[in-house]
Amino acid sequence: MREFYGTKLSNALMLGTAQYPSPAILADAFKRSGAGVATVSLRRESGADKEGQDFWALIRKLGVHVLPNTAGCHTVKEAVTTAQMAREVFGTAWIKLEVIGEEDTLHPDTFALVEAARILSEDGFQVFPYTTDDLVVAERLLRAGCEVLMPWGSPIGSGQGLNNVFGLRAMRAHFPDTPLVVDAGLGLPSQAAQVMELGFDAVLLNTAVAKAGDPAAMAEAFSLAVNAGQLAATADPMEPRDMAAPSTPVIGKAFLS
Amino acid sequence: MENVSIIGSGVAGLCVARALLDRGVKLRLFERGEGIGSHACSWWAGGMLAPYCESESAEEPVFRLGKESAEWWDKHTGEVHRNGTLVVSLERDHADLRRFKRRTENSIDVGPDEIARLEPDLGDRFTKGLYFENEAHLSPRAALASLREKLILDGVDFIHEEVDPRVIAVDGLTVDCRGFAAKDALPDLRGVKGEMVILSSPDIELSRPVRLLHPRIPLYVVPRGDGVFMLGATMLESSTRSRISARSLLELLSAAYALNPAFGEAEILEIGVDSRPTFPDNLPRIQRDGNLIHVNGLYRHGFLLAPAMARMVAELIFDNSTPEMMHEHFN
Repeated sequence: MREFYGTKLSNALMLGTAQYPSPAILADAFKRSGAGVATVSLRRESGADKEGQDFWALIRKLGVHVLPNTAGCHTVKEAVTTAQMAREVFGTAWIKLEVIGEEDTLHPDTFALVEAARILSEDGFQVFPYTTDDLVVAERLLRAGCEVLMPWGSPIGSGQGLNNVFGLRAMRAHFPDTPLVVDAGLGLPSQAAQVMELGFDAVLLNTAVAKAGDPAAMAEAFSLAVNAGQLAATADPMEPRDMAAPSTPVIGKAFLS
Repeated sequence: MENVSIIGSGVAGLCVARALLDRGVKLRLFERGEGIGSHACSWWAGGMLAPYCESESAEEPVFRLGKESAEWWDKHTGEVHRNGTLVVSLERDHADLRRFKRRTENSIDVGPDEIARLEPDLGDRFTKGLYFENEAHLSPRAALASLREKLILDGVDFIHEEVDPRVIAVDGLTVDCRGFAAKDALPDLRGVKGEMVILSSPDIELSRPVRLLHPRIPLYVVPRGDGVFMLGATMLESSTRSRISARSLLELLSAAYALNPAFGEAEILEIGVDSRPTFPDNLPRIQRDGNLIHVNGLYRHGFLLAPAMARMVAELIFDNSTPEMMHEHFN
């Protein structure tokens, strides 16, 4: 399994921490799924005095790797400042870098993303960039210092699944040594299984679990799917073919019975 | 019966006072500010008695216990309007309306004609909605004032003094209803910040709370009468009790504008900010430490749950029972 900046994850499921009915249910979701990473937003809740600290303390108590994010940032400057605060609050160099370029689709501003990734990488951050399946942008992000890529499946919170399987497959083939995470757009566990079957290293999601009627059960369902997909990928799946291929041989059988 | 002291005169403190008084206790009530005002979280409440709608995201006790509230408030204040709740969404968010229906009970599907009949000022704007006819609302400030007035008439001694509950508890049974200020004794407590706006618009009339579902910016509007409306409320993981962000204000006003553009011409009367005292499961708790009883964590359900919590405090003291929301593990 590929490592994330030298860290081996025990579980390929990464969960967001927003929108749950309560922090207690959030904790249940982590417990039942065994998710290895919790991503947490600092942008909205953070005033000048770090007023979200009671909630952040609950996140730390989950006992998983914390991946702070810059959700809600629209410029390089905002993202960099938020990342610096995140490092201070959580004592980690990890940052999920998100720079939004368009309000309706929450499409990343890939130009600002590359620039912010460069600044943060030079400052010692270990950047997890939220990007698209654009190979050129991906290349630029790696050149800017990123060692992980997080392409979207479809727009954040849409639950549309994988909009461009071809693009994701190309990305996997193009960057065989880079840890790849599909971040955003997943609505169902089967979609997460598909991500892992494509040979990706992890999935990151929030809404599909947090907004489910029973978030803890849905988290577990995603965890099972991720494990199934991961196992399938290592088992070298068969190639699809155009014609039927009977699983029992017909030659030698009495076919006129 | 011995004397009991209550600390805090927000919705929890006043409801507990009423419940204990009805059991014949002699009461004194300590409050930080003089009278009811913006220092109490309850001052900024929406005042929706909406157990059905809240059950969409809240846990079962909120629904069950919340159903006691309308009758209680009616009996003790006479301030309750029983006109139900209307839930609507914009065309593109109808999936949210379907989810809301699935996860709640007793909703009635309403189309454009029924919406127009219920709320003529929304009729042209929404084609689908849900009507919860068994819900109610009240004006929190009027309800608190009425409750308080009756307590004074019934002989409760209101003392304007900030006191340490542990010191007061030395003299006898004490109920700590200080809300977030009790974090010194209840370390699990966190604040969930809410921001809200009070508007005046002569162009719009609503008879009941209206909820506009939206994946990012859900909104409720509660009519206060005389063309006054409350818009609420954000939910942020923050214990700050001041400072509304420009973004929150923009979102609240934009959502109201989406509900009815006439809100664009409304006059802004007040902008409110406070932080809801909340435990990790977002459910309220009663905790007992000798002579000191804590009632806290009413989160966004102060008016909905305070009557039931007050009843349970009375049961704990007089009936020697262990109430449902009793939290045994005192840290």
